[in-house]
Amino acid sequence: MKILCVCGLGQGTSLILRMNVETVLRELGISADVENTDVSTASSMAPDYIVTSNELAQTLEGTASKVIIVNNYFDMNEIKTALQNNLS
Amino acid sequence: MKFLEKNLVALDVAATSAEDAIRAAGQLLVEEKLVEAHYPDAMVDSYKTNGPYFVLAPQIALPHARPEDGVNEASVSFVRLREPVVFGNPANDPVTLVFALGASSSDEHLQIIQKLMKLLGDSANVEALKTVSNYEEINLLIGGN
Repeated sequence: MKILCVCGLGQGTSLILRMNVETVLRELGISADVENTDVSTASSMAPDYIVTSNELAQTLEGTASKVIIVNNYFDMNEIKTALQNNLS
Repeated sequence: MKFLEKNLVALDVAATSAEDAIRAAGQLLVEEKLVEAHYPDAMVDSYKTNGPYFVLAPQIALPHARPEDGVNEASVSFVRLREPVVFGNPANDPVTLVFALGASSSDEHLQIIQKLMKLLGDSANVEALKTVSNYEEINLLIGGN
């Protein structure tokens, strides 16, 4: 399973999200390949899941990947719930 | 790496727009020569192009650009706004705490992001940042520089 954490530039915001997603996945006992990148290259990497903010999710409409929205990147409970509800 | 050192922190700065707020935080990095003078322009350009996705938690914005936009050293500055400013992110507006990130391509980038996550991942720290009255209190929160 490949998960891509996406932000505008692929520098700071998506790295924070990636580290918190990795922490939550460890807690859930789920193993996945997690990477972070910018919004313009995300679709071409064809991940199974894209985790991003509501703003960028709109930009990613039409991608084949399942898009998971997180609003508060520091809220581990929100990230956990979002992943549990969407990963299959 | 320069993380929230004294000259990189300004409390209760007046800003009337998101662009003002981004520039205020970016200017602190410019003055310490951690980024080039045009880096804040790149931060604002990113905001205009990609939108306010970097408002990554309630009241917290992390504006930044790319390493090649003129970053000399991995760095983070902090501006607390006197009045909250709407950035256009419905889930997390309005913004009070602005952290400008000088995004470097060095190993220090990961380290500085981890320092920031340690600080902001604890909601008690976030609450404290809204009310601290001087730099010494911030220095205690980040465990000293």
